[in-house]
Amino acid sequence: MRSGEGADVILRGATVLDPVAGIDGFYDVVIRDGRIVELAAPGSADGDGAEVVDAEGLHAFPGFFDPHVHLRTPGQEYKEDIETGTRAAAAGGYCGVLAMANTEPAVSTAADVESLRERARAEASVPVGFLATVTRGMGGEELTEMAELRDAGAVGFSDDGLPIRSARILRRALQYQRLCGGVIALHEEDPGLSGDGAMHEGPVSAALGLAGIPSVSESTTIARDAALAGYEEGRIHVQHLSAVESVDAVRAAKAAGVKISAEATPHHLCLTDEEVRSLDPRRFKMNPPLRAEADRQALIEGLRDGTIECIATDHAPHTTEEKEVPFEQAAMGVTGLETAFAAIHTDLVLPGVLDLSLVIERMAGGAEPFGLERPSLAPASEANVALCDLDAEWTVGEGGYESRSQNSWCAGRKLTGRVLMTIAGGQVAYRLRSFSLGVAA
Amino acid sequence: MKHLLGVDQLSREEIEAILDRAESFAEVGRRDIKKVPTLRGRTVVSLFYESSTRTSSSFELAAKRLSADLVSVKAAGSSVDKGESLKDTIATLSAYDPAAIVIRHPYAGAAQLVAGWTEAAVVNAGDGKHEHPSQALLDVFTLRRRLDSLEGKRIWIVGDVLHSRVARSNLIAFREMGAEVTVCGPPTLIPRGIEELGCDVAYSLDRLEEADVVYALRMQRERMRESFVPSLREYATHFQIDSRRLGPRQLLMHPGPVNRGVELSAEAIDSPQSLIAEQVAAGLVVRMAILYELLAGSERPAPVEGDDAERQSPTPIGQPA
Repeated sequence: MRSGEGADVILRGATVLDPVAGIDGFYDVVIRDGRIVELAAPGSADGDGAEVVDAEGLHAFPGFFDPHVHLRTPGQEYKEDIETGTRAAAAGGYCGVLAMANTEPAVSTAADVESLRERARAEASVPVGFLATVTRGMGGEELTEMAELRDAGAVGFSDDGLPIRSARILRRALQYQRLCGGVIALHEEDPGLSGDGAMHEGPVSAALGLAGIPSVSESTTIARDAALAGYEEGRIHVQHLSAVESVDAVRAAKAAGVKISAEATPHHLCLTDEEVRSLDPRRFKMNPPLRAEADRQALIEGLRDGTIECIATDHAPHTTEEKEVPFEQAAMGVTGLETAFAAIHTDLVLPGVLDLSLVIERMAGGAEPFGLERPSLAPASEANVALCDLDAEWTVGEGGYESRSQNSWCAGRKLTGRVLMTIAGGQVAYRLRSFSLGVAA
Repeated sequence: MKHLLGVDQLSREEIEAILDRAESFAEVGRRDIKKVPTLRGRTVVSLFYESSTRTSSSFELAAKRLSADLVSVKAAGSSVDKGESLKDTIATLSAYDPAAIVIRHPYAGAAQLVAGWTEAAVVNAGDGKHEHPSQALLDVFTLRRRLDSLEGKRIWIVGDVLHSRVARSNLIAFREMGAEVTVCGPPTLIPRGIEELGCDVAYSLDRLEEADVVYALRMQRERMRESFVPSLREYATHFQIDSRRLGPRQLLMHPGPVNRGVELSAEAIDSPQSLIAEQVAAGLVVRMAILYELLAGSERPAPVEGDDAERQSPTPIGQPA
């Protein structure tokens, strides 16, 4: 992240909620030089040169952490880059993201990781961790120099975008993990079963005449990889769970003692394949695809019972030209950083499906599975805060996007709940343009 | 009705209105001069991204019979070959101010996309494996002529349902007209969940005798390579409609082109129960009716003076007013 001054901010009279730290009440959140120094009684904190934000009626949450974003640098900066992608993250209340390695070229060497970290220091609004690929150039054939990549700062490994076809290669990576550490994050899919599928296989694909991606394409691969991880005592993270069979597979692996964690995306938690009837690829085409209502319910249940540790956006920017084509021809992926919290708040918290505190915990739950510190509002923590107005209504895309791309799955939707200010890594990373700040008292 | 994108958007009344209109064009077709002036001065663009014989030729002849100016674009040899996007192609063709664009495209939803990019009425002449509404309408037209009504009739759609836009559109249209539909084929070629469209599913022809109408689909050779069927021989053994399986009171249909000896035996094609030739003939009048329904009632730009004068001139002899 760009280096700047540590924030001196007082969030006056905020409703502070950090379920993991056991904090739930009204406080003045006192931030000095980028650290939370005190949760003081509301109205009691002395301004003393700090910026004072009138946060009465607003919620202060631990900053969100997204373990799965595509920043598209290097090579596809026409879709997104580190600057625009992390601006989108900051606008969504994120205080940290992990960038996937399926760029052009893929992030497969120590030099790739070092140069990305250098660029992030110059351009990023929020801290960025970079994953490196498991296999060289994502070719699926040879392992990358995993130990050197870790020394260069790679947080973990993933061939995301593609599955690791060969069980032999994944097994080698899991063995090698004992030397170098680093979680292996897996895009679980059997390419033979997915074929040229464009959406979930089921009644909707039958009605539309679109080739289907069956749920078992994902779940059978998870079962294979969980067995390998168990056998090698490796540590894996399953990306973007989409199907009921997949949630069951992860739950069974956990019960068997496999070191496995999992994520689900806001779009899989909020939408089903019924949306694809619109044949709108900009909002509804991604991989894994939107699945059936029973799958969505299984993801929600997995989030509740802890089978799924975290919510990850799989923020995947694509240009309008790549999306303004017939459904089957369109690029896979939707953006999600700017809307993740607001969408889940609107679709799942307000109707009473999920508790706000559970959502806040899972929105920041992506750090720990990768061995990183969970954002916290406990005094003495680095300041990582998402300040939200839970009553604010806004229309997605109306004022443009921070992301360079416009393929938001929420485009045009009216959402309730908005991030007004984000403090990430101790620095103010974002303020909503229309959000007027209090005057220093 | 502004566009014809899919039969799933048509009510029974709208289908019947198009078919009634087609009947009146069938009557015109029996005259010496088969042209009517309805679309004089208006342009129809025919844009085909996939090879087609009967659909493109019948739409083009339909436009000419209605006196429209016709622009016919085939993907091969056009700017599409040079990598132009669909959106840019539509923008280019829209410069001719077409009243209608008839589009065939290899991917689902293409016609719907085009409808968002142009002022013209858009006719879906087949989009991927999604819909082929004019085929469904001409099939209903053909059956209605023979049976008066489809109400309560049992129709079996047999073959590669998975890859067939005809199967999908016909299933919807037959059901809308009151028929009971069964789809039948090898389990590998029946899409999972198809029964939610309101049909029965059968994996063998054992109960074929219950059908009033047998609608056979084209079986493409590449399905064998993709392991959907082990061999065309085995497919034919289990699913070919031949004179042994086809009862004397059952009607036989096929969208064409037929693979003789695969989905249909030669004697079934030429049997008295076969409606295949009638389907082709229906294609022209139904497509005239589609263009008529979309364009004849719609607002047209204010005519320039000369144009107006022409329209007030007496109807030429031999053409219906």
